[in-house]
Amino acid sequence: MRQYPPKPEKVYFFGTCLIDMAYPEAGMAAIHLIQREGVEVVFPHEQSCCGQPAYNSGFPEEARRVAEKQLEIFSKPYPIVVPSGSCAGMMRHHYPRLFAKDPGLSRVKAFSERIFELTEFLVHVLHIQLEDRGEPVTVTWHSSCHAAREMGVIEDSKSLIRQLGNVKLVTLENEHQCCGFGGTFAVKQPEISEAMVTDKIDDIRKTGAAEVLGGDCGCLMNITGAMSYRRIPITGRHIAEFIWERIHD
Amino acid sequence: MTETQFDFQANIRKALANRQLRSNLSFAMGSMTAKRKAIFSDAAAFEALRAQGNAIRRRALLQLPELLERLEKKCIENGMSVHWAETTDEANRIVLGILRDHHARRLVKGKSMVSEEMHLNRFLADHGVESLETDLGEFIIQLDGETPSHIIVPAIHKNKQEIARTFHEKIPNTPYTEAVEELNAIARKTLRRKFYEGEVGLSGVNMAVAETGTLCLVENEGNGRMCTTVPPVHIAVMGLEKVVEKLSDVPPLLRLLTGSATGQLITTYVNMISGPRKPDEKDGPREIHLILLDNGRSRILSDEQLRQTLQCIRCGTCLNHCPVYTRIGGHAYGFIYPGPIGEILTPQMEGLDKAGGIPTASTLCNACEEVCPVKIPIPDLIRRLRNESYDPNGSVPGHGFKRTFAEAAVWKAWALVNRHRGLNALVTKMAPVLSPILPRLGPLEAWTRGRIRPRFSQKSLHERVREKGIKDA
Ligand code: SF4
Repeated sequence: MRQYPPKPEKVYFFGTCLIDMAYPEAGMAAIHLIQREGVEVVFPHEQSCCGQPAYNSGFPEEARRVAEKQLEIFSKPYPIVVPSGSCAGMMRHHYPRLFAKDPGLSRVKAFSERIFELTEFLVHVLHIQLEDRGEPVTVTWHSSCHAAREMGVIEDSKSLIRQLGNVKLVTLENEHQCCGFGGTFAVKQPEISEAMVTDKIDDIRKTGAAEVLGGDCGCLMNITGAMSYRRIPITGRHIAEFIWERIHD
Repeated sequence: MTETQFDFQANIRKALANRQLRSNLSFAMGSMTAKRKAIFSDAAAFEALRAQGNAIRRRALLQLPELLERLEKKCIENGMSVHWAETTDEANRIVLGILRDHHARRLVKGKSMVSEEMHLNRFLADHGVESLETDLGEFIIQLDGETPSHIIVPAIHKNKQEIARTFHEKIPNTPYTEAVEELNAIARKTLRRKFYEGEVGLSGVNMAVAETGTLCLVENEGNGRMCTTVPPVHIAVMGLEKVVEKLSDVPPLLRLLTGSATGQLITTYVNMISGPRKPDEKDGPREIHLILLDNGRSRILSDEQLRQTLQCIRCGTCLNHCPVYTRIGGHAYGFIYPGPIGEILTPQMEGLDKAGGIPTASTLCNACEEVCPVKIPIPDLIRRLRNESYDPNGSVPGHGFKRTFAEAAVWKAWALVNRHRGLNALVTKMAPVLSPILPRLGPLEAWTRGRIRPRFSQKSLHERVREKGIKDA
């Protein structure tokens, strides 16, 4: 079990490249949730990508160069909050491997120690309490692979949804099965990816939920992209955006 | 897959289009994963056992040359013959040599993935020897002229009706029946006769104990026991990584193997073979030959990271849990070992230039690593092989085969953009403007075949954060 620090005064926020370009509302909502607990959010403007696309594609040198940049920017000892299990997993578990032979490894390890996935941080460090102001709704939850298997934060995410009194959470049949995104996998193996996302959508439909929530925008982009292609009227959203919308005035 | 050019994408397309295959696989996998889960229900105990299994396998690999020498010495002391084969071709010739020494024309086989790796059946057929698979699953696919699609359940891709049809068509005087007991009885009757006709029996080895010179063989049907005791000669083939140090290493590995493979606490038969028939004994073979096959393994062993591939105990559970394997089945992978273990083993054995496409068929979802009983970090090894595919200075055979100027340039540019604030902002700005008018080419074409194209936001998070006056440092 991870040891969590006491509530800090300031945190760094790492927005992820996908949120930056395609889901900025999710990023803003996550920031608001942290600020609401009286914690100051610092957003280094030079931040970009965690490096995972290159790392997973077989270009570790390029990944390392981009990672170095983030190490440089997030230099003060604040916790770094990441609204994606996948990017958080990259920065927490894979950065030390990426720099395994580097003389600066201890610095990298110290950086990785400061990485927290958003919902994990809200639950264990900020001990956030939510009050639901929304209408009754049924939702389902997609567990992203790296949030589950690298960061181990799925229960944290779900416990936040369960705090919302008017939200009914229905479990997906194959909750822990990959949706078929896998970064460049969806591009290199589009047919298998499509078979996978189709099964995922079938599971989502079976729940009867009006909305599917997730903690990773990559998966959400894949799932909602395939749902709207088939004109299925179920929406998908990042958990931060969903929660923020339900609790703020 | 040796003669024809391996076309992974075509295989995938064909497999995905086969609805029967998809439903057979998803049906079988559901029950296999559930059984495994029930056996390992105590998470803490399972984790401890896995750590133990991992330690045993790592310790064995670290002292592999010594252990193999000890194994050879012990086996010879026990009255077995030991043969070394560097290539599958050599291994095949050793088998043929033994058969010829005994003027044998009929071989009965227990299930062995290494003999599949050797393409032994085809080799023997070319040399006038009939070899009969006696494992039920192997027997079925042999009738259909197929190779295994799973390393534990070779005929997993077939359902009852398909098997009934095969028996009816391929075994003379067999009526069509879908009753499982009758199908079993048909196979049993056919095989029984063959066991007595078999002049030599061949089996695989699940693990070999250096300390005592014991070959361990687990099975559920009893045909392995028949193959290793009824014919006067027994040949065992094993990959040289299957050795363990001590007899006390066997129980934990056995628990991990049977629990992961079939969700059983223990299999119906656990054979511990430690020598041929002794003068005062009534049964058992008069000769036992152990063939130790390298086929690239010592090269894999020499790399500290890739070595972990050889920890594998061939339980097959990574296949059952792989979202890609369960959609396309084993044959699509085109080589002997499918699924996650195949993704890391095949390219190292066959060379990246021949099999380097296989590691692209993974989302790196980590399901395989999560279930692997000996904790092989399969996703890390997949990343390594992807890297080797582009790396002109790599060490895996066929490395650098994929390197194209275009792909390398794309990632260089990506790194540049992600290190420079101005460039990054520019690209983010351009994305929503460009994406709707970009032609559906390359990756976007494939993506948009089943999904709407990603919508980029007019205003990036960077811009929104700045508007809100959130601090930069
Ligand atoms: S890699 Fe692990 S899970 Fe897969 S077959 Fe080998 S031991 Fe089993």
